[in-house]
Parts: sequence; C-alpha cells; structure tokens
Amino acid sequence: MMNELLELLRQNARLTNAQLADMLGTTEAAVAAEIHRLEAKGIIKGYSAIINDELAKTSEVEAIIELRVTPKRDCGFDEIARTIMMYEEVESLSLMSGSYDLSICVKGNTLKEVAMFVSQRLSALDGVVSTATSFVLKRYKEKGIFIEEEEKDERGLICP
Amino acid sequence: MNYEKILSDRVRNMKPSGIRKFFDLAAQMDDVISLGVGEPDFQTPWSIRKTAINVLERKRIVYTANSGLMELRESISRYLKRKYNLTYDGAHEIIVTVGGSEAIDIAIRGLINPGDEVLIVEPSFVCYAPIVEMTCGVPVPIPTKEENKFKLTAQELREKITDKTKLLILPFPNNPTGGIMTREDLEAIAEVLRGTDIMVLSDEIYSEMTYGRKHCSIAELDGMRERTLVVNGFSKAFAMTGWRLGYLCGPEPVIAQMVKIHQYAIMSSPTVSQYAAIEALENCDDEVQHMVKEYNVRRRYLVEAFNRIGLTCFEPEGAFYVFPCIRSTGLTSEEFCSQLLEQKQVAVVPGNAFGESGEGFVRVSYAYSLKHLMEAVKRIEAFISERNQ
Repeated sequence: MMNELLELLRQNARLTNAQLADMLGTTEAAVAAEIHRLEAKGIIKGYSAIINDELAKTSEVEAIIELRVTPKRDCGFDEIARTIMMYEEVESLSLMSGSYDLSICVKGNTLKEVAMFVSQRLSALDGVVSTATSFVLKRYKEKGIFIEEEEKDERGLICP
Repeated sequence: MNYEKILSDRVRNMKPSGIRKFFDLAAQMDDVISLGVGEPDFQTPWSIRKTAINVLERKRIVYTANSGLMELRESISRYLKRKYNLTYDGAHEIIVTVGGSEAIDIAIRGLINPGDEVLIVEPSFVCYAPIVEMTCGVPVPIPTKEENKFKLTAQELREKITDKTKLLILPFPNNPTGGIMTREDLEAIAEVLRGTDIMVLSDEIYSEMTYGRKHCSIAELDGMRERTLVVNGFSKAFAMTGWRLGYLCGPEPVIAQMVKIHQYAIMSSPTVSQYAAIEALENCDDEVQHMVKEYNVRRRYLVEAFNRIGLTCFEPEGAFYVFPCIRSTGLTSEEFCSQLLEQKQVAVVPGNAFGESGEGFVRVSYAYSLKHLMEAVKRIEAFISERNQ
C-alpha cells in the first residue's frame, strides 16, 4: 500500500483517511496506521500547500543560486551543505550533477535582501568558488499543478 | 427541395443517439462538471506521439495496404498472442480500421442479410442497433441484470435464439455498466453457441481496463475462434481516441470479405496513426499499467462514494464507468440526469441511452482527475440530501 498511498498524498495531502481508504480499497484504521508508520520512519517528512504567490500577494522574492564549491577531503560536499541548510533564508538545497555543485532556492522580502544574503553569507563561506544568482520571475507549474490556470478539458461534455 | 423525400428511409428512421438531447442541454450551461465522456483523460503516451512526429518529418504520408501496414498487423498479432493468447495471422486475419467503430460497422455489414436477427447484449454502446437496422437486420436486445453484475447468462442467450439468429454482439468489458465476463462466464456462453451457425462479434475495446483479473476473450475458448470476430483498438488502452485506429480479427474467409467494404469505404486507415500504433503495442505496457492503476483508485473511490450516498452501485470490474442505481430517488434516469444537471451542474448519462434495460441507472465516467471526481461527488451528495429533506 505504501507506494500507492504516497502517490495519492503527493497529489493531494489533504485527502482524509476515509477518502484514502476508499481509494486504496482498505480501511480507515489501516490508512491511519500506515501514515503513522511512514511519518515515524521519516518517509513522510511533512505536508505543505502549493500557493499561487501572485494571488496570495506575498511580496517575497525567490532566487535560484548555483554554487560551485571545492569539496573537502573525507566529507565531500556534506559539510558545506549542512552549513548552508541551517540558514532560514534557504528554502531548498540540492547537490547537483553538471556544471555546478549546489542548487539553492532562497526566499527573501526584497531583491536586495536576497542579493545581500548571497554576497555576504554564501560567498563568504569557506570553499565557495563562485555563485550565480537567478531570480524567479514567474512560476507556471509546481509539483505537477498548474499555478495560473486550470488544465483545460478539451473533451466534449458528454459522449457515448 | 423536399428533403423528406430524397433521404433514405432507413437513415431517416434511425433514432438519433439518446445522448444528443442531453448533450445540447449541458452545452448551454456554465460551470458544468461533466462525468459524461467515454474517453480517457490521459494524454497519449509521449513515445507514441514522438513516433508520429518522426513519421511526419521523415516519411511520405501515403495510403497503406488496404488492411493496414503489414508491420502493424504483425505487431497486433504478437500483441494479441502475448496479452490474450489469441492467434491471428497478420497477413490474412486482421484489418486495421478507423477506430473500433469501423470494425463494428464492417463486421455487421459483412454478415447480415435482410431479416437476420442480431442479438445485442444491453445495456451497451449505442452504435450496434442502428448499424444492424441500416443493413435491414433485426436487432434483438438481450437485457442483462444488475443482480448478475450485468453479465450475459447462458439462459438469457438461449431464450433469444431463433432459427433467424445470425450474430451475437458481446461487448465486454462493458460500456456503460463496467461489467465483465470471466472465463467461466464465457464458457457457459460458448457452450450454447458451439455447433450453431451463430457468429459472435466480441467488442473488446476496454480489454486492458480490468481491475483484479485479466481480460479473457471468448475467441480463446475451444471451438470459438472459428465463429468469433474480435474488435479491439487503441482509443481506450493507449488514450488514442482522436487517432482513430482499431482493428478487426477473425477467420480468413470472413475477413477477406470484410476487407472489401473497408477498401471501398475507407481505402486505408490513417497512416501516421498506424505507425504510432506500432510503438503503442511494442513499448507502452508500463504507460498502460500506470493509467489502469490510476483508474482503479478512482473506481474504488466512486463505488464507495455512491454506496455511501445511497445510490447503490455494484462493483464494476472493467472499463472506466460506474453504473449506480438511482431508483431510490423515485426518478427515471432521464429525470435524474436533467435535475442533477439543472440543480447542481453535474452531467452524467442516463442509463436508458444504452438500451431500455439501463433504465433506473446512470453512467458515471471516471476518466477524470480525482479532484474533479471529488467535486462532482460533493455536488451529487448535496443533490440527494436536498431531495431527502
């Protein structure tokens, strides 16, 4: 049941246990137990909403920062990554393959705030070789969901 | 011009599809949540579309052989063997048609003489009886019952057979009921038909959409291949409705005659679609499985939801429809559907559009996202509870 349950929660984390039980062909109690188990094991790390910031009128700005760093002997990229992830401004952080090493999503109240965070905090870290900051202008799709408009159904209303 | 006079009587007497009227009503309204369509909500798998794009870029799009690309027919042959243990020779026993619809059309036209009786299991897809009537055959409905999970029983079949019976149309997994026929169910039907001259037109377009057990084709049973025509296609399994591609399989002497109709009416099926279809059959098992899994989640959700609301719903094991009974509301199927549409802007299809025996039921399609289904259920629930007050 785990994979199917996770798939459903990934699409909509607000489904009730009763709804999940119907969809998975099991009981509410079994769903509750399984979710509890997945949370306890750390497989489910949390639940969050997908928000159209434009409409929510949050004035936050968001930037993606490509960071090139010199890996350390013995611990590779982990040490610097652990340092960076402690900053509150850092929304997400991933180790990447390709032309740079760490991809960091940073949120701030103003452009300047984010820029200052990069130049004063990130660039100053030991081992950082270079940074490249790109600001997010518009989000079209997040976690499989269209942000601006609903997906259109091109099919007719009724057909046999 | 007196069009009444110039038109063919047979065409003029054809009943317009029962769904049409209802469709017009729904089309005038805003904010309609429809659960009314009979086609997948999934996009055609990417590799199939990509194949079509490559073909458009690199090939001349010319007619294919009348029966279809040989490569595709061989692919169909392998697919049917692999999936349903059916053996058809791609060279002589398969015609690639314009959707399952054309396969049904040429099969009926190829078999029926005026006065021949055609047994049509009902409720079922709307096209069989009109095509039979066009050929001056006589449609004989065999109503199936909810208490039998809308399966055809040997008893029901036997009661309708006369010396004029030419053909049995066997549409399983069934649109609109979602009913299926298991191997044992089919064995009982085969037992009645063996040794007769009755042919079977087995419309298996939903064969990939079964939940819990694999589809069985009646053509696989002993002694049945020689008296069966199998219709299948790409629309449902591979989400390819608009590509218009299906196929008809049967014994060589029968197929050889039906190719003639196809050749004169169609010439050959869409070439780009035929190339893309090879990709579908050869490389898309995972995509199909993914879609079926998704349908299954929705199916379970809807069955539970309707039963909870009080519109009792037997558990459909195939296709992508549930067929809840609405008799508890005291309304006819059409009244239920038009009131639900007017009051809650939810469109479902009256069961009687699929034959008289569908009266008392409505067809609800789950070829929609869960989000969409949940909103519709909420509205239907409100509709029922307001009526009960």
